Amino acid sequence: QDNRISIWSAGDLGNVGLNGEYHGEPHLLCDIQHNGDVMDMQFLDQERIVVASSTGTVTIFRHHQNNQTLSANHRWEKAHYHVDQDTSCGGAACTGVVCNNPEIVTVGEDGRINLFRADQKDAVRTIDNADSSTLHAVTFLRTTEILTVNSIGQLKIWDLRQQRNEPSQIFSLAGDRVPLHCVDRHPNQQHIVATGGQDGMLSIWDIRQGTMPVSLLNAHEAEMWEVHFHPSNPDHLFTCSEDGSLWHWDASTNVSEKPSFLHQGGRSTTYLSHSTINQSVVSAWLSNDPTKDRMEITNLIPNQTLSVNSLDVLGPCLVYGTDAEAIYVNRQLFA
Amino acid sequence: QVSILSAMELIWNLCEILFVEAAAAGPLLLRLLDWVRLHVCDVDTMVREVLSSENPSKHKLFWNVVDVFVLQGRMDEARHLLSKEATANPTSMNMYKILDDLMKKMPVPSLGNTQTLTELELKWQHWHEECQRYLQDGTFASNPHMESLCKVLLGDEDAILEKKELMTTWYHFLVTRLLYSHPTVKPMELRFYAQSSMDLFLGGESSPEPLDMILMAAFEFEMHQVIKECSIVLSNWWFVAHLTDLLDHCKLLQSHNLYFGSNMREFLLLEYASGLFSHHSLWQLGVDYFDHCPEYGRVYLELHIERVPLNTEQKALKVLRICEQRQMHEQVRSICKIMAMKALRNNRLGSALSWSIRAKDAAFATLISDRFLKDYCERGCFSDLDLIDNLGPSMLLSDRLTFLGKYREFHRLYGEKRFPEAARLLLTLMTAHIAPCSFWMTLLTDALPLLEQKEVIFSAEQTYELMRCLEDLTAGNPDKQKFQEDDVETTKVEMLRLALARNLARVIVKEGTVEGS
Repeated sequence: QDNRISIWSAGDLGNVGLNGEYHGEPHLLCDIQHNGDVMDMQFLDQERIVVASSTGTVTIFRHHQNNQTLSANHRWEKAHYHVDQDTSCGGAACTGVVCNNPEIVTVGEDGRINLFRADQKDAVRTIDNADSSTLHAVTFLRTTEILTVNSIGQLKIWDLRQQRNEPSQIFSLAGDRVPLHCVDRHPNQQHIVATGGQDGMLSIWDIRQGTMPVSLLNAHEAEMWEVHFHPSNPDHLFTCSEDGSLWHWDASTNVSEKPSFLHQGGRSTTYLSHSTINQSVVSAWLSNDPTKDRMEITNLIPNQTLSVNSLDVLGPCLVYGTDAEAIYVNRQLFA
Repeated sequence: QVSILSAMELIWNLCEILFVEAAAAGPLLLRLLDWVRLHVCDVDTMVREVLSSENPSKHKLFWNVVDVFVLQGRMDEARHLLSKEATANPTSMNMYKILDDLMKKMPVPSLGNTQTLTELELKWQHWHEECQRYLQDGTFASNPHMESLCKVLLGDEDAILEKKELMTTWYHFLVTRLLYSHPTVKPMELRFYAQSSMDLFLGGESSPEPLDMILMAAFEFEMHQVIKECSIVLSNWWFVAHLTDLLDHCKLLQSHNLYFGSNMREFLLLEYASGLFSHHSLWQLGVDYFDHCPEYGRVYLELHIERVPLNTEQKALKVLRICEQRQMHEQVRSICKIMAMKALRNNRLGSALSWSIRAKDAAFATLISDRFLKDYCERGCFSDLDLIDNLGPSMLLSDRLTFLGKYREFHRLYGEKRFPEAARLLLTLMTAHIAPCSFWMTLLTDALPLLEQKEVIFSAEQTYELMRCLEDLTAGNPDKQKFQEDDVETTKVEMLRLALARNLARVIVKEGTVEGS
């Protein structure tokens, strides 16, 4: 197997065609060999990328922009491992990584949570057996708290300041314990969390209240691999799935309040606004009355075939990758 | 030297023309001309060079390019270049005009039905004679280039063969030959011309290469031979599988049935897809190919999908999704079992449970619960409380799992000091036979502290039930003799009997008293 970490340039805006379509193709700047499948990765800072491997190793790669090369900066081998009765120590896949420079948190199939610092050789803290099932994803709730989701449908909050190895709170789905595969927190309102499940269901949670989700939205027909709130327009949410679709969830309800660069274009959907002015402060994600607010959901992939494994969104750009060995870049998301 | 990909394109295009489109006499020649122009590209750089030079007619390769155009039947381009020569060389203006005229008037098959073959033949014969006359008159005698061009127009084989390097291949020679001697060639006649063209071109100096043999088989309309030769030469089944599939869809391969039941198309597709499955990431494409094999596709898929290496859970989930979409329940169960066993060995009980829920595997869930209970008995406390406390509806998957959940609930109630409820639950666990018999002793021992409480917790009814349970446990078959001889066990039983009796006494008094006042 030859797996590689690659850096691509999605080109300049110079090549804009008649309809404003983007004509250039992304081209490869540099790449480097990677041992095992890449399960997750995130930029630590402008130059460094943290990569989680299926072998259980977590690596920091440095991108040298002057000569366009990649090099392995630091490696934590056996960050995730199983202690087998028969063999001694096998690697366990590291399934999720999240960074808040200089801290790095990783989770894996061994149910372990690791806290690393970029400059330190050993882990700062390890919570062994944090979970009896596989931890699928992790994200920061606050600088000292993290959220994890696991394969028995639980969302857990961990307070890293505390020394005890127990979650400070556990949330779970009401019915069947469907595994949760991804989690993301609302960029501005930290009590709103979105998770995606193995049955393709999108769940929105308010972690200030209750232990169950606020709303359950039937979305994809197969595992939802990633969910992301748009970092600067959090009324927009993006999910991608094994069924090959990528959905754009638009919960922005009041047209007149939208910033000017979000064009409505030729859409003819009507939006019903909130009834009182106070409610416009409450996020559209938490209102669970489907008749009051309309959410517009669009599938961004015209002909879907194989799974969309991963996506990311920033500003007007959306990037996603599929099992068909393709990467797609959409630079005019809100046009 | 033709790269493998260009060779494949060459063969594919020819098959499209001859088999799929089944071009008839007339259009056949035009198609073949297009085919040659598209695929014989060795001369392209030369052409570009001359055309982009400042004074093309002075370029040393000028006449070569004109020859190329004529050989490929690109009359307009040839005439255009010649006009440049004519303006540069006014002395040859006369010759040029005649040649230009001949080229312009050359009859070619048309794509529409504007003329019949006989009409074309007639016109062509007329034109051919006119060219003949000009040649014999010595019109072009002073310019050897133009004379040779005229000979080419007349289909003179030697003249054409002189320009071997410009044609580079025998099939180019074939098409040129046909263009200038038999433009109304019928498909079935191709084989003769092909064979002779190859012989003339190679001239006994070199022997035909595999590619030549494949093309020859195509010209002879031997489809099966084409497929066979391609299979031998190419290193994987990709090309042959798709070509056969195309031909099959055009209903051209129906007559051939292989001995083991499936037809050739399916056989090749199965081979190709099986090859894909050995690749670490292309196996997903193999699934689609198997889907399109009506007879054996499903069986092959069932066998292959179970053997995809599952090194991460994510990959296992993808494989499962494929199986579930096709109702391959056996495979789902088996894969989930593999993953669950792996998890169990690694002591990931939550993961193991999650896999058995996905497969709705009650037996495995029972196994996991037994493991938990064993851990409890050994250590006196539960591991992985986060799992057991939050089982939810999945508890109902297996009786043992339900017991585990309820037993944990009992402990919780006890911890919260909700004794009457805890007591009721404990009793239900035994009387409703949710608890396995092996566990009854443990449950009764758990009942001890409740019996010894200051307050009376168990009612008379309940105490009688407990006593009955104890008797059921201790009476019974002689196999239990062993456990009765064990000191600890006998002490336990004694203590229980005592506690039950005392409780009974207290509760009868209590219940009697209440009624009285």
